[in-house]
Amino acid sequence: MNAAVGETVSLLALITVLAWAVTRPRGWPEAVAAAPAAVILIAAGAIPAGDANAEARRLGPVIGFLIAILVLAHLCDDDGLFKACGAWMARSAAGRPRRLLVLVFATAAVTTAVLSLDTTVVLLTPVVFATAARLDVRARPHVYACTHLANSASLLLPVSNLTNLLAFAASGLGFGRFAALMALPWLVVIGVEYVVFGRFFASDLAPRGPGRRARPETAAGDARLPVFTVTVVVLTLAGFVAASAAGVSPAWAALAGAAVLAGRALARKRSTPLSLLRAADLPFGVFVLGLGIVVAAMVDNGLGTALRPLLPAGTSLPALLAIAALAAALANVCNNLPAVLVLLPLTAASGAGAVLAVLLGVNIGPNLTYTGSLATLLWRRTLRQHGEAPDLGEFTRLGLLTVPAGLVLAVLALWAGLRVMGG
Amino acid sequence: MTDSDTTIRSVYLWIGEGTWRATVDAALSLVPAVGSEARFTLLHVTSPAAADAVHGAYWGLLGRGGPDPGDRLEALGRASAAELLEAAARRLGRPCERLEVHGPTERAVVAASADADLLIVARDGDRSRLGPKSLGKATRFVVDHAVCPVLLVWPEAAPDVGTLPPPPHNPRHGGR
Repeated sequence: MNAAVGETVSLLALITVLAWAVTRPRGWPEAVAAAPAAVILIAAGAIPAGDANAEARRLGPVIGFLIAILVLAHLCDDDGLFKACGAWMARSAAGRPRRLLVLVFATAAVTTAVLSLDTTVVLLTPVVFATAARLDVRARPHVYACTHLANSASLLLPVSNLTNLLAFAASGLGFGRFAALMALPWLVVIGVEYVVFGRFFASDLAPRGPGRRARPETAAGDARLPVFTVTVVVLTLAGFVAASAAGVSPAWAALAGAAVLAGRALARKRSTPLSLLRAADLPFGVFVLGLGIVVAAMVDNGLGTALRPLLPAGTSLPALLAIAALAAALANVCNNLPAVLVLLPLTAASGAGAVLAVLLGVNIGPNLTYTGSLATLLWRRTLRQHGEAPDLGEFTRLGLLTVPAGLVLAVLALWAGLRVMGG
Repeated sequence: MTDSDTTIRSVYLWIGEGTWRATVDAALSLVPAVGSEARFTLLHVTSPAAADAVHGAYWGLLGRGGPDPGDRLEALGRASAAELLEAAARRLGRPCERLEVHGPTERAVVAASADADLLIVARDGDRSRLGPKSLGKATRFVVDHAVCPVLLVWPEAAPDVGTLPPPPHNPRHGGR
């Protein structure tokens, strides 16, 4: 296949896969388009079978790792961890909206970092909403905090975001070193979000007069912290660092943690094998594998050559800023998953600092558009044309206040960390 | 103007999170003035903003399966609104209508209360600093745009008149 044909076919495949993922015709899974697209590209020779095989071998363990984390999070939910978090937040906030915001920030940041952004969006946010309602507090700032932190607080650990897992595999960093370099950017971004939220929602968070208690009939909240589950999660975290330091894939620690909790939950009939299979979300794994091969074909067939001049080499401060800005822009056009797949092979040669700068861009950037990308936003607007359109103004203002500031300060923090700890 | 023109027959109470007790208490204190024939309507508005943010975050998780948590938030919102209206109706302790509206809060309140003879609204902003900030954005809009008379109440004891800020310098005596 000549280069021009290869480029055209790969581009068509990528557009089809992304368009399918954004529009989800008939609610069919994204894998329905991504898997055949990858097979067609391999069969047509747009990507050599050896390269596709190498991509699959690279992505396989990453997807396995993600599945283990998703199952672990599901088991935490089955054991009442998030309900217990809600009860704890309600008790500690004692009806004070600003204190509740601090607790929501802490819970969402830790949940995202340890159990991934999916967990915060899908499992924690409804609990936060219910907690605010129970405390007779306006829920909007607290719910927005969850959706923002699901992105921006997903910087800390390789397991916090699929983008991180992909970059972790490409960066050659150990688990502990990844976390050490990302700790300061993570704290800085959470700080920026908190300052902006505190001002943006000042009137919703204003202290209320005395005697304003939770609505008594719904104030109950005696859910206990599931100590066994929390212990397993903490041990799993320690296992990540230990396994990585010993040269073993930390995915094994995730698998072990998920297996322990799954065995207990199945024995106690708290979970069913089917619910665990559903939580593992295998079609999503197939989608990531297919998308990875399609993007690899695209990068091989000219996208790499086109983008490389835009990416500065090295890890100087201006270079890191430019890489993070480009990554944020690309994530906002087409979602951060394809963006990180495109940018990783182009930045890996510049070292771990450049790869981490890509992560800052693709993880913080999606907060600019509330759907994580313009493509999804435009499609959803079209769907809603005859219904009620969401209030984009507020989302966008909040994004403009947090994302540029958070991104610049996080890059500065990363750069400082690289200077101190060495790239 | 005849007597019937000034009779208050329909009183709307804006039931909002954190401030609803104040509007209910204000309505109760009005009963002797408006008479027992007045009809009370408890108005609660569910803004779609929070559920929309969660729908958006879920759509942003490209490729993930499982149910959309935004739908769960909408269901929780409906349940919470019903509970709030129930608590308000119990506190009012009189026959009343419950009106649950879905939409942008400020516009929904103005539209729903258009035919009311009186709308009771509580200050919901930062009351630690008196002045414009004691009204939140939605309440400010309602006070500015409501087409019916509005009664604005404090959610707690009203501050003393001594808390007024000092008067500004009168520019006419400023030498110009």
